[in-house]
Amino acid sequence: MIQTLFGSVEQEPNLFERLKSGIEKTRQGFLDRLEDVFSGEKRIDADLLEELEYALITADIGVTTSGEILELIREKTDRSELDNPQELKRLIREHLVEVLEASDSPLPRVSEPPAVVLVVGVNGTGKTTTIGKLAARYKRDGRAVLLCAADTFRAAAIEQLEVWGQRTGTEVVRQKSGADPSAVLFDAIQAAKARRADYVIVDTAGRLHTKSNLMAELEKMRRTAARLVAGAPHEVLLVMDATTGQNGLEQARKFTESSGVTGIVLTKLDGTAKGGVVIAIARDLNLPIRYVGVGESIDDLLPFDAPSFVASLFEE
Amino acid sequence: MFENLSEKLQRVFKNLRGEGKLTAENMEAALREIRMALLEADVHFKVVKQLIADIREKAMGEEVLTALSPSQQVVKIVRDELIKTLGSHQSRLRFASEPPSVMLIVGLQGSGKTTSTGKLARWLSRNGHSPMMVSVDVYRPAARKQLSVIGRDVNLPVYEGSAEEKSPLQLALGARKEAVQTGRDVVLVDTAGRLHIDDQLMTELTELKTAFSPVELLFVADAMTGQDAVKSAEEFHRRLGITGVILTKMDGDARGGAALSVRTVTGQPLKFVGVGEKFDALEPFHPDRMASRILGMGDVLSLIEKVEETIDRKQAERMQEKLLDNDFTLEDFRDQLRQLRKIGPLDSILKLMPEIGPLKGMKDVDVDENEITRVVAIIDSMTPKERRNHMIINGSRRRRIARGSGVTVQQVNQLLKQYTQARKMMKNLTGGFMGKKLAKKMGKFGLPSFPGGLS
Repeated sequence: MIQTLFGSVEQEPNLFERLKSGIEKTRQGFLDRLEDVFSGEKRIDADLLEELEYALITADIGVTTSGEILELIREKTDRSELDNPQELKRLIREHLVEVLEASDSPLPRVSEPPAVVLVVGVNGTGKTTTIGKLAARYKRDGRAVLLCAADTFRAAAIEQLEVWGQRTGTEVVRQKSGADPSAVLFDAIQAAKARRADYVIVDTAGRLHTKSNLMAELEKMRRTAARLVAGAPHEVLLVMDATTGQNGLEQARKFTESSGVTGIVLTKLDGTAKGGVVIAIARDLNLPIRYVGVGESIDDLLPFDAPSFVASLFEE
Repeated sequence: MFENLSEKLQRVFKNLRGEGKLTAENMEAALREIRMALLEADVHFKVVKQLIADIREKAMGEEVLTALSPSQQVVKIVRDELIKTLGSHQSRLRFASEPPSVMLIVGLQGSGKTTSTGKLARWLSRNGHSPMMVSVDVYRPAARKQLSVIGRDVNLPVYEGSAEEKSPLQLALGARKEAVQTGRDVVLVDTAGRLHIDDQLMTELTELKTAFSPVELLFVADAMTGQDAVKSAEEFHRRLGITGVILTKMDGDARGGAALSVRTVTGQPLKFVGVGEKFDALEPFHPDRMASRILGMGDVLSLIEKVEETIDRKQAERMQEKLLDNDFTLEDFRDQLRQLRKIGPLDSILKLMPEIGPLKGMKDVDVDENEITRVVAIIDSMTPKERRNHMIINGSRRRRIARGSGVTVQQVNQLLKQYTQARKMMKNLTGGFMGKKLAKKMGKFGLPSFPGGLS
């Protein structure tokens, strides 16, 4: 079942199937060995555990989380509760799905439209592209959408958003390059109210989470939104690139502190990167993963599904 | 956040004091810590494995030098090994014997190719070259516009192309022709971001490479990349034969272990690092500094270099004299704050500090840049007389200064208090035991004593 801010439900193609069918991936030697691990031929021994660790760590799950999983397995094998590799596979998957699903939280109900969706993240993760896809998705649900070009910093960011506006037939509220992002947001929300739009999706400039002045700018945007619409911003999406390593956790922590992140969008999953760092994010910060980006075309944004994501961590 | 490797090792070796040699037994726990640290820094699993094997071999049986504790000794071995892997010296750009030199900038989406192209152009022009840029990214919306805007900002030419030139190859050829005609000696070609598994786009790059035989094929990699860095770098190198790497987003707090991975799988040198949003924020790569950063040990050398670059030496010497004569006025104080400002955002300066001893935790100090602006504004609102002699600043003057700088009287009071305290401290330092020597040291780079600025 898929939720949107307005509670509509639809059916989606399975993420795992899409990842598998849509993309031709480079096969690597170790994966064939992993197949052996999971095909039930091997016994649970030190070699097997090391190969498992390899699979977990190279998926960017992190050394701490991987260590915990391996510890769990060691305990179970010591107590002879676990003796065949098939069981082992099931156990790891269940554990990871459990972690991811525990962080899932329902979307807030919107009492008075427009719903304000703030899209934030470090530089180059695919915020603007995600917004284009998100607008297309909302429109497919029959919602009226307005885009807000609040990335007034990066060269040609506004133009990039406008191209997505044309592609999706969505109006873009903009000001000049270098304008105050909160002022653009103010305009956009006023315009959305006047046109009775259901959603305002706000593009923000990419910023490293270590720059406290830029993070303060996001706080200001939050305040501006809250003043104009009760309960806004209703959703703050942190866009994270699947190639991100362990620094992703710190990113999520800092963005949550300053802009109140409510969910993660994991992009660029159509490459070879696995995005395993979201598991640590879900566990430590209790943040749900809302969507995944799996390609460059407009409908390549899919709702997150924990079981198929976990399956893809081990699949190649 | 992370514990520094040298601290971890200190704990490991605490119970092993007095050992004369590093042995298999006392090394295993240390190696586990080293392994954890490298994995936390996003160094690739296989690269870590190889490094650990090398370090084990190096460390075994090595005499513990009397000058160093076992933990220091091991840190040194690890650091040396990392530096060796990263390339023991700085690597320079190559240029064609017959200009123009064509350089292709390639990489994954969002790694920072376009920004790096602008920075590299600025760097080249500062170093005696006359570069021209061209974007052949015909896919991403507004990508070419982005480079045009950057060209205007750095005041260097960008080849815009004619209406007929639609393909990347045509655009690049046009740019080279234009460069020859206008006497430009370097052509930087900003290519579209792509996945290493995208055959069609990789073929496009191969065509560009064949057409131009570029002297440099620079792979742009994001310092925040995790384990996948190996796969993309390997694939780009296999297909294109990259000649160097630009590591971007180093102004964040990522350890940047990807640098080791990329270097190991391609064998090609890291040439530049991107350290900020401004166009002059591109620095040559230093293996030793990167090694320290991966191990979480700070980067004092970069800091010193930054300070030296920015601080006006003569002014620093004058300041030192003033300090020694206890003639440090509010005016001097303001100049110092301004100089400090020029070095860069304070939080990025603190990032370069090692997490050792009294400096531990400095990284997490939240520096309010506005505080400095406020202090400078307060001093600006004083009359020259007041700045030279703070003793005359009475109640009514304080009220006027507060109004003038838009702060409260309490804030003015606080500043004056901090200033007198700093002065007193200077006096004690310069007057007391070993005073002059220490004061000289402090004055060397003209660093102020951070009064008020940090909270």
